[in-house]
Amino acid sequence: MEEEKIIEENKEEQEKGSEEMDNDNSQEEIKVERKLVIPGETIVSGDDYLPGDYTKKDGDNVVSNRYGLAEVRGRVVKILPISGVYEPRRGNTVIGRVSEINFSGWQIDIGGPWRAFLPLNECPRFINRNNVAEFAGVGDVFNIKVWGVKQGSVDLSLKSRGLGKLEDGRIIKINCHKVPRVIGKEGSMINLIKDKTSTEITVGQNGYVWLKGDIDGTRKAEEAIRLIEKEAASEGLTNKVEEFLG
Amino acid sequence: MDIPNITKKKIRELLKDSNRVDGRAQFDNREIVVETDVSNKAEGSARVKLGNTEVIVGVKLQTQEPYSDHKDEGTLMVGMEINPSAGERYEPGPPKIDAIEIARVVDRGIRESGYIDFKKLCIKEGETVWSVMVDIYAINDDGNLLDASAIGAVAALKMTKIPEYTEEEGVQYGNLTDNGLPLTENESLMMTFYKVGNQLLFDPTRDEEDASSARLTLAISKPGKDKIINSMQKGGLDSMSIEHLNQVIEEAEKVYDKIFPELDKKVEGLK
Repeated sequence: MEEEKIIEENKEEQEKGSEEMDNDNSQEEIKVERKLVIPGETIVSGDDYLPGDYTKKDGDNVVSNRYGLAEVRGRVVKILPISGVYEPRRGNTVIGRVSEINFSGWQIDIGGPWRAFLPLNECPRFINRNNVAEFAGVGDVFNIKVWGVKQGSVDLSLKSRGLGKLEDGRIIKINCHKVPRVIGKEGSMINLIKDKTSTEITVGQNGYVWLKGDIDGTRKAEEAIRLIEKEAASEGLTNKVEEFLG
Repeated sequence: MDIPNITKKKIRELLKDSNRVDGRAQFDNREIVVETDVSNKAEGSARVKLGNTEVIVGVKLQTQEPYSDHKDEGTLMVGMEINPSAGERYEPGPPKIDAIEIARVVDRGIRESGYIDFKKLCIKEGETVWSVMVDIYAINDDGNLLDASAIGAVAALKMTKIPEYTEEEGVQYGNLTDNGLPLTENESLMMTFYKVGNQLLFDPTRDEEDASSARLTLAISKPGKDKIINSMQKGGLDSMSIEHLNQVIEEAEKVYDKIFPELDKKVEGLK
């Protein structure tokens, strides 16, 4: 029962998390020209432009920091990365694995080079300092929120709706830059997969995906997610996935 | 991220009913794709894919003085490197224990099967012999690098052509003769069985390999009517019971019959 609640709330979280995606879709309608750039490449030059996501200003030039598609919208230049590690942002819901335990909390692996930490007091219930492992041990997985990002370290929190330890099911890894595509506009894509395969799915912004259901359902869901990951750039993706799921 | 407990549990749970996460049966392998002559400078090379697992193998030949206890025999050396591009768990630097082990197990499989006729690699007894160097590079690790490496090594050896050699000028790299390596009929296929929970499986993905507690590698060849086991290597911390051992041998024969003839024909066709 409790689990169900969590799942429901996850759904909401995900829909919130996909707001970024909505922008992407609306951009497609306006048809902004996108250009493939590599790190260090000058995208535009002149004082008229401002550096946005994954870009920096170098003299007059706006230079790319990532391999991806550059787009200029008004004055702002930004990049939609194609590859690269996950960069934690405040408010992201991610999936992480406990890698270490100490007296003050859990060290959590959320992918990439960052050290992420979940302190005891960010846990929704009381935990005995001398028995931290009782709540979660090494290898356990959390659906967890990025609460703050400092230089080189990430603070995590469980004090939010829909967060908690993931029980049963399994975890797969996808490219974290394809996550908005997997979730879809207002969660349309992920809900489609959930309905068609009767599988419970939670997508973390860091590219880890939790699947729970019967063997055929989860396999089908995994294949569908891999299809989206592979063809993220193609048009009419929802139809393709619908066709695939039958 | 290392393998989470829930994924491990799921793999074990499914395996109890002989199911696997990707829908294969317990002893089914992924599709094997072999490409040859992928390197310009190597005397023989191959690229092998088992699903998403990918390795490149190159063979180089050089002349050297024979070892004093094998004055009329060539030498074989197998090396392996797993670079960070193969997977996030790997660090740059000299080969670590996993890469060294794979290289040595592959070496043993080829050496002990007698696949290379070392006597024929002798140029001048006691002075010069050919030294065969097999270098394996992991491109992508999605489990079972061991078997992929072994298949690649055998395929690359098959493709190898000996370069021109004269006593005065030494080896003329780039000018290959039509002569291949002196290979025998005794071609081995290496296969590794993994123990997951209390079950065995073949050709694991990365997650399945992480969930396993022990493994057993066999190199099997069929020079005549019967198959022979050329080498064996046990890995992992867990033990393997006699029942498991018997099952491994039984399944290994089946796997050999299923994979080897087709694979061998495919590689021969690439020559």
